[in-house]
Amino acid sequence: MLAILRDLLRYNIEFRIGLLLVGTVLGMAMLSFVSPYSPIDVYVAPPDVPPSEAYWFGTSSRGQDVFWQLTFALRNTLAFGFVVAILSRILSLLIGLVAGYKGGWVDRVLMSINDTFIIIPLFPILILFYFVLRDSMSWVLLAVIMACLGWAYDARLIRSVAMGLKTREFTQTSLFSGMTTREILTREHLPYVMPIVFSTTMNNMNWSIGLEVTLSVLGFTDINTPTIGGMIYWANQHTAIVAGIWWWIAFPVIFIVMAFVGLYLLAVSMNEYIDPRSRLARVGGGGS
Amino acid sequence: MHGYLAYCLKRIGQFLLVVFIGVNLAYVITHATPIDPVEQSVSAVTSFSSTAPDAIAQMRESLQELYGLKGSRWDQYVTFWRRILVGDFGPSLSAFPTPVSALIARALPWTAGLLITSTLITWALGNLLGGLAGYYRKNRSLKLMGVLAMGIHPVPYYIVALALLVAFGFIWPILPIGGGSAMNLPQGWNWAFVSSVIKHSILPSLSLILLGLGSWFLGMRSLVSNIVTEDYVVYAEVAGVDSRRILTSYVMRNALVPQVTGLAMSLGAIFNGAVITEKVFGYPGLGSLLIDAVYAGDYSLVLGVTTVSILGVSICVLVIDLLYPILDPRVQVA
Repeated sequence: MLAILRDLLRYNIEFRIGLLLVGTVLGMAMLSFVSPYSPIDVYVAPPDVPPSEAYWFGTSSRGQDVFWQLTFALRNTLAFGFVVAILSRILSLLIGLVAGYKGGWVDRVLMSINDTFIIIPLFPILILFYFVLRDSMSWVLLAVIMACLGWAYDARLIRSVAMGLKTREFTQTSLFSGMTTREILTREHLPYVMPIVFSTTMNNMNWSIGLEVTLSVLGFTDINTPTIGGMIYWANQHTAIVAGIWWWIAFPVIFIVMAFVGLYLLAVSMNEYIDPRSRLARVGGGGS
Repeated sequence: MHGYLAYCLKRIGQFLLVVFIGVNLAYVITHATPIDPVEQSVSAVTSFSSTAPDAIAQMRESLQELYGLKGSRWDQYVTFWRRILVGDFGPSLSAFPTPVSALIARALPWTAGLLITSTLITWALGNLLGGLAGYYRKNRSLKLMGVLAMGIHPVPYYIVALALLVAFGFIWPILPIGGGSAMNLPQGWNWAFVSSVIKHSILPSLSLILLGLGSWFLGMRSLVSNIVTEDYVVYAEVAGVDSRRILTSYVMRNALVPQVTGLAMSLGAIFNGAVITEKVFGYPGLGSLLIDAVYAGDYSLVLGVTTVSILGVSICVLVIDLLYPILDPRVQVA
């Protein structure tokens, strides 16, 4: 594990940049634990102060210190992405491994359902959910709904690896030594797909955070939990851009873009590391 | 020919499954939740004024009729499907008594026009540049483009649209930032109107193109750089085939096949992006209609737009799937 990390750091500039970006954003989110303010309190600071020494990122029209508000927002947004990613990983692992190993009609039925979830535009479905649930739409519920909708793409990826594993000799050996399907999948096949699970986690986080930001910017989530989208929502409600309070929008946007690009670069570099051909090209100093 | 027929039947089966699951999802969401849309509408109306009890009862009854909530669960389910099949989503509540289908019919051409043109431009441009970048790996400007693509591609649609809005609306106001055409122009096939539509569509389509470009570029680049090392390409190079010909008919032609599948698979996500882009730029399409309907609490309109977007996206995917064998002849003999 440490050796992998060392290799990635040494040979992969995307990984270094990604780690730096995600590290900065994570550090910022961690600062929320030492915040002097509670995230839901308003008018704790003079409103509309531009960035200064006392208020690094300025203050909002609601009298909140943008810096500390941002730390809470980043923490909640990242935690949301992480929860969705973990839950949907479980689903995609289950469906991908079973479909790949079983093959036949099980595979065909599962993959038809899988393709359906890839094709259906999910945003209108999420809006429909919000429309029906309204105020009962909580942070946790939204995470569960998104996880139930967001497993499909990665399940297909895992299935394609599982299909290859099925024909390998060790699968036959474990089958003849009397292991059950569940044992083969969890003990033999699971370790092989773990690298893909890690790299898709990052991409899935990007996907769910992107949707969450979009939904909360429109006010279609629980707007009292501070998130990045929620901050932009309140800034839009107070017409911050027109009023010239640019720091209220600019800082959340800068940090969320850092998070997106960082997570994406981590995913890309891990993917490259998993593929031995591109790894050799890099380590050997060849390639481009 | 037999192979193609079997392929078509399979794709149509998948299409029907998508529609079936999508419509059922919409049904379950609207019917199996504890919140009753009828009670919500009733309380929304009665919270502002006092209404006679029998008037409320009458309103409740007609709303139930309207929402198709009468009779047993099975009756409701059949009503739901029948309405979708005939395209009747009832009257819109926020624009009473205009039928929902009329509102959707008005918005659909805007969304379709914006989406089809920007998706085609994005796909063609992204694949062309990505293919070049994969083939000419030493080229500086193509490398820079790769870095830019990596930087923009993971950002969500809303943020890019907002950035363009600020840049062209406040900092350098040269383009219209809202609406589908100038307000004072009558709609019709004349130059003034058409040019106004094009001008208004520049920013929304630019934000869709900027975001979409990256994924096609990166995908095509990695596909091409894998194909370049294949034996048949090396053989063609050694045999002295013109390098432009190698690029177009040996490399790009083969790399395009998975990219077409990719296009079909990402249409849903592209549509998601269009919804939010339309809202940011006030474009009079399905996305704006959907979001405004949520704000107005218009149940039948939300349900109608959701159903139509599921149908629309899956029809587009089916069309791509059915055209696919033209590009990949292997499907026909399989």
